Parts: sequence; structure tokens; C-alpha cells
Amino acid sequence: MYTKRNRINIIYAPFIYFYERSFYMINTIWFFLIIVGILYGTLSGNLGQINNIILEQAEEGVSFGIGLMGIMAFWMGTMNIAEKSGLIKTISKGLRPIIGFLFPQIPKEHPAERWIVMNFIANMFGVGNGATAFGLKAMKELDALNPDKKRASNAMAMFLIINMSSLQLVPLSVIKIRHDYGAENPTSIIGITLLATFLSTLVAVIVGKIFEGGRRC
Amino acid sequence: MLELLSFSLVPFMVLIIVIHGYIKGVDIYDAFLEGALEGLKTAVKLIPSLIAIFIAIGIFRGSQALDMLITLLNPLTDLTNIPKEVLPLILIRPLSGSGALAAVRDIISHYGPDSLPGILAAVMMGSSETIFYTTSLYYGSVGIKDYRYTLKAALISYVISVFITVTICGLLL
Repeated sequence: MYTKRNRINIIYAPFIYFYERSFYMINTIWFFLIIVGILYGTLSGNLGQINNIILEQAEEGVSFGIGLMGIMAFWMGTMNIAEKSGLIKTISKGLRPIIGFLFPQIPKEHPAERWIVMNFIANMFGVGNGATAFGLKAMKELDALNPDKKRASNAMAMFLIINMSSLQLVPLSVIKIRHDYGAENPTSIIGITLLATFLSTLVAVIVGKIFEGGRRC
Repeated sequence: MLELLSFSLVPFMVLIIVIHGYIKGVDIYDAFLEGALEGLKTAVKLIPSLIAIFIAIGIFRGSQALDMLITLLNPLTDLTNIPKEVLPLILIRPLSGSGALAAVRDIISHYGPDSLPGILAAVMMGSSETIFYTTSLYYGSVGIKDYRYTLKAALISYVISVFITVTICGLLL
């Protein structure tokens, strides 16, 4: 039987599919990047390069991951000492009011609090991969608090939104580039960057809180 | 002063942690090994998402689709007061950290470190983060599929912060 309704469903199926999938935003973005990239590459005659890019980037992904292994092992090992000795607990106690405001869903004394604090501190001082190690640990703890394992919680979203607004106080890589190209005073941008970083983080917190609305989880 | 603090932070943190652990009677060596193993496991779990993101961004940039997007957005920069020179950076920044750093180097070498685009690029690089990579990395590590408003909120904040940065640099320089 080939009813009209079925036909409509067949025609619209791809659209409905993509509409539903679009809630998983990274799916859509990944799809978009690859499709547009390959199609545009075909049109502009850059298709030949794409073979190389796939080989190169696949390797880079692995080597970056392996490069991360050593530093993550080091930081998580060191932090395991700090956790066992109670040092992290002491530090996060001092920052509790801020954490409490940003993440009202996290119960007091919960380990998530500590890893978030460590992640923020590492980010501020530009301990890049160390911050990632703490951040992933924080996500694990936030995941334990999350009732729906497939869906991000408010706390996870806020944590990531703040992370993505940049907390770094001194952008060393940029200062190095400025130095390499003969800036009069390579560090002169620190003041402006601090102001910009502070404002962007403030905006991120406000935007995050607006999206969060009154929802609880 | 801040620079010095940045350099000395890591050794200092390690020193304090090890001394504190030793005094408190923690088996520091065992504790380190235990944590380190977990670190290795976490890093291995990341590799699939790293490969996925690197390849997608690589294709998008290598096929020059990114350049096309920048050209398409030219009228928009004319409308706002964002200098056209920093547009590549603004577009790459949410996608790729190393790509953004390459863009900063490009802008600084081309216009000079003390020019307005040069300073703007430096400040922008320092006051923002890669969005898509961080999101997929963190959510991927705990198997979250529905990001809800995370990317939307991060992108909105990013756009606002770009305007703020442009305004601050315009006012202060």
C-alpha cells in the first residue's frame, strides 16, 4: 500500500531526520563541516588536498591524544595526592560561595566542586592540559549527579560555558608571537587582555544563567 | 610579575602538594600511580573525538571553504566596526586553537605587533577559547549526546565578547 501519507513521510523523512538530529548540535556541525568542506573542495579544485588532510589530521589526533597522556597522567597523579591529603578540600572551601552561586545544583562537599575549582585555577594560570585533566574529572563527577546520562545538566553547561569564555590571565603564546615580531613592549597587552577576559567571562555567566532560566536539572 | 607567577606556578604547586601529602602521611607514590593510571585511561578515551574533530576542521579549512565563508561575511564587517583584518581569526577561534594561533601570527606578521589589528588579534586570542573542540571533548568523555543550550550560549557570549574587545581596543588605543 502506498498511501498519500506514506509518500509525504518519505519525502519529509530526511528533513525530519535532520530536524531531530539538530538537537545534537555537534552532529550537525560535524556533518556541516565535512559536507561543505568536501563539496567546496570539489568545486574549487582543492579535492586532492583532502586525502592528505585526512591522513595528516587523523595522525595529529592520535599524537595529540598520546601527547596528552603523559601530562594528564602526571597531573591526575599529583592531584590524587592532593585529594588524599585533603589539600584540594581546603582550597575549594575558600571558593565555595562563588561555586555555590554558579552551580546551585552541586551538593556541598561534593567532589565535583573541587575539580571545578582546580580546573578554574589551572585555566587562570594557563596550565592548559592540566586544566583539561581537571575539567574532565569535573565532568565525570557532574555526570554522576546528572539524572539523564545522555542530556547535559545545567551545571555541566555552565561549567563549559565558563571554560569557553577563557579564564587565562596571561596569554603566553600570544606574548611570544609579539616578542618574535619585534613588539615594542610584548607584555603591554596583558592589561587589556585581563579586562577583556574578565568581561567575556562575566558575559558568559550572565548568558548561561539566562539560558538556565528556572530549570532545575 | 604575573608572568613570573605563571612560570613558577607548576613547580610550586607540585612542591606544595608533595610536601603536604608527605606530612599528612599519604602514601604519595602509590597515590600518584593510581591517579596517573586514571589519567592515561582518560586520555585514551579522548582520541576518537580528537580524530573526528581534527579531520572535520581540517577538511573545512583545507578545502578553502573557510576562506569562502570569510569572503561571504565581508559585508558584515563593513557594517559593524570590526576591522576586516581580524575576521579570519574571529571565525577560526571557536573552531581550532592551533588554527587561531596561526591566524594571530599571520595578522601580527602582516600588520605589525603594535598596529590596531595586531593588538586586537593578540587580545582576542587571549580572551577567548576554542568552543566546538572543548564542548565535544568534555561532553564526549562522559557520553552526553544532547548539549542543550551549551553551544548556543557559548557562541552568543563569544560574539558579545568580540564586540566588547573591539570596543575596548578602540577606546584604549
